[in-house]
Amino acid sequence: MSSQPDSNDTAADAISRRDLFAGAAGALGAAVIAGVTHTETSAQQAPAPDTTHQQGAFASDLGTRAPSVAARRRVNPARQVSRTPLQDLDGSITPSDLHFERHHAGIPAIDPVKYTLLIHGLVAKPLVLTLADLRRYPSVTRIAFLECSGNFARNAAETTRPQELCGLTSQSEWTGVPLALLLREAGIRSEAKWLLAEGQDAAVMARSIPVEKAFDDALIAYAQNGEPLRPAQGFPARLFLPGWEGNANVKWLRRIEVGDQAYMTRDETSKYTESLKDGTARQFSFIMDARSVITAPNYPDKIQPGWLEVRGIAWSGRGKIARVDMSADGGKSWKPAQLQGAVLPKAHTRFAYMFQWSGEEAELISRATDETGYIQPTQHQLVEARGASTGYHLNPITGIRIKSDGSVVYRQETWA
Amino acid sequence: MKRFIVGLALVAGCSSTSQDSGQPARSSDPVPTLGIGRAATLQEIAALDIDVRPDGAGLPEGSGTAVTGRAVYAAHCVSCHGPEGQGTPTGEQLVGGSASEVFVASGTERSGRGGRKTVGSYWPYATTLYDYTNRAMPFDKPGSLTPSEVYAVTAFVLWKNGIIGENDSMNRATLPAVRMPARDKFVPDDRLRFRQVR
Repeated sequence: MSSQPDSNDTAADAISRRDLFAGAAGALGAAVIAGVTHTETSAQQAPAPDTTHQQGAFASDLGTRAPSVAARRRVNPARQVSRTPLQDLDGSITPSDLHFERHHAGIPAIDPVKYTLLIHGLVAKPLVLTLADLRRYPSVTRIAFLECSGNFARNAAETTRPQELCGLTSQSEWTGVPLALLLREAGIRSEAKWLLAEGQDAAVMARSIPVEKAFDDALIAYAQNGEPLRPAQGFPARLFLPGWEGNANVKWLRRIEVGDQAYMTRDETSKYTESLKDGTARQFSFIMDARSVITAPNYPDKIQPGWLEVRGIAWSGRGKIARVDMSADGGKSWKPAQLQGAVLPKAHTRFAYMFQWSGEEAELISRATDETGYIQPTQHQLVEARGASTGYHLNPITGIRIKSDGSVVYRQETWA
Repeated sequence: MKRFIVGLALVAGCSSTSQDSGQPARSSDPVPTLGIGRAATLQEIAALDIDVRPDGAGLPEGSGTAVTGRAVYAAHCVSCHGPEGQGTPTGEQLVGGSASEVFVASGTERSGRGGRKTVGSYWPYATTLYDYTNRAMPFDKPGSLTPSEVYAVTAFVLWKNGIIGENDSMNRATLPAVRMPARDKFVPDDRLRFRQVR
C-alpha cells in the first residue's frame, strides 16, 4: 500500500501509519491521543485515586469486566434480537456475551449430558452422536464472522451507531467437527444433494443446506472463543457455515437429514429470500458479500482538529479481505486504509486510517474489496442491481460525517 | 461418492497426522470411519423426523377442511394473527396481498407497495405451511396440534387466501397438489457467477 498521500489532498488529509510510527511518533503522539474527547471529561474533573498504597482485589474463579466498561448488546422490544456494540470493540474477536442474537422461539435449556445429534436419511448407517462423541472426532478451530442477512438499517438517522446500523455481525473462534467427517461416518450416499439441519428450539428451526458446503468447510461447532458455546449461540452444538447467512447456521442442532432435494422450509421461502427488480425472488442466497463499516469515531463522539485514527472492520463471505479504501469526497477518490492483525478468510478484519481533520465539515466512507475482486457496492449500485424492495443481503458503502463543531454523525443516505 | 471422499480429504487435510504415529489416517483415500457414535434406531428417527417436503414426503395421516379449521384457528391463532388473518403487532399477516403485486417487475422503484407478503401472495409451497405450523405453532404451545388439526388450520388459511374451497379436504395426497400463486417466482441465487454486485 502507498505510504504517500495522494496528490489531490484537500483539507481532509491522510497520513500512513508507517510514516507515523517510523519517525514522527514522538511529535505527533499527543495530537493523536487528543483526537476524541468525549470520554475524557470525568478524568479531568478529579485526580485519579492512588492505587499504590493498598492491596488490590483478590483472585477469583470467574473474571469480570472493569466496572466502567459499558459495552452492551442492544435488545429489540420483542427481545428476539440483540445487536453487537461494534463501536465499543477493538481487535477482531467479539466477546461471547456480546455476540449478536436472533432467536425465533427463544433460547432452549438443553442438558449437555442428554444432548444427541441424529444423522439419517440417505446414509448407510444412521447415527446418534452425543456431545462426548462429537468431541472425540478430529476437531477444527477457525476464526470466522457470523452475520445475519438482515443486517442493514435503511434510511437510518444521523444518530445511528454501528450497533444499530449493522450490529448483527459478530466474530468468534469456533471449534468443532467437520461435518464432512460425520457424513462420511454415517456413509452418505451418492445421490445426496441437500441436508436438512434442524434445531431443538421451540420453532424447531430448519434450513436446507447444499451438501457441497458440508464437504467444503461446514462445522458442527461446540466451542466458541475457547469455551463451550453460549446458550444464545446454540449450546451445546450448532451448525457453523463460514461466510454464510446467519439463519442457515442452525443452533441447538438436533438432527441432520440427508436428502436429494431441498425441503423448502419457511425460513428459506417466505423469509430470507429477496425480491428482485425483475419480479422474481432470490432463494438460497447463502453467501455474505464483502462489506466494511467505520466503528470509530462515531456518533456521539466529538473530535478536535488534527490527526485521528479512523477504525473499522471489513469482512467477506467469499474469502479474505484484500483491501479497504477510504474516501473523503463521496467516492470520487480513494486512499488505502491499513489492514491490521491476521487477515483471515471469511473473517472480520480490522482496518485503520490516519485522517487529519481540518475543522471544516467533512465526511468519510469506507469500501471493502475481497480477494475475489468483489468491491463493496454503493446503495445506488445495490438498488440498480436488485431494485429497492429487499431488506436482506444489503452491504452498501456507509460512512460518517463530521460537523464543523467536531460532532460525528452517521452519514445519512436515503434508500432508493 | 468420489467427490465426497475428495472433499473429505480437503477438510481433514487441515490437521493431518504423521503416517507413522499410529493415529487414524486423516487424508488418505479411502478414509476409514472412526466408529464413534452409535446406530440410530427406527424409533429414534421416527420420533424426530417431522419435516414435510413439497412432494409430500413426510406428511402424516389425517385430514381437515377450512370448515373444521375455523375452530382451530379461533382457539390457537386468532389472538396473534387476527380474526381475518390480517396480522397484529405480535403475529404476521397470513391473508391478503397478491402474488401479482408482490412479484412485480419494478426496475429500481420500490416494488410491492400494495403487495403484502403473506401465505397467499408469497409462500411457494402449501406443504411449507403444514411443516411450519407443525414445527413452530401455536406460538404459546408449539407442537401441540394433532396432524388433523394442522391439516385443518392449513386448509383454513389457504381458503382465506382464496386458494382452495371451504370444503376441500387437505391430507397427504391433496396438500402437495395445491398450486400456490407464488410457486414459480423463486430463482436460485446466482451471485457467485458474477464478480460484482448482483
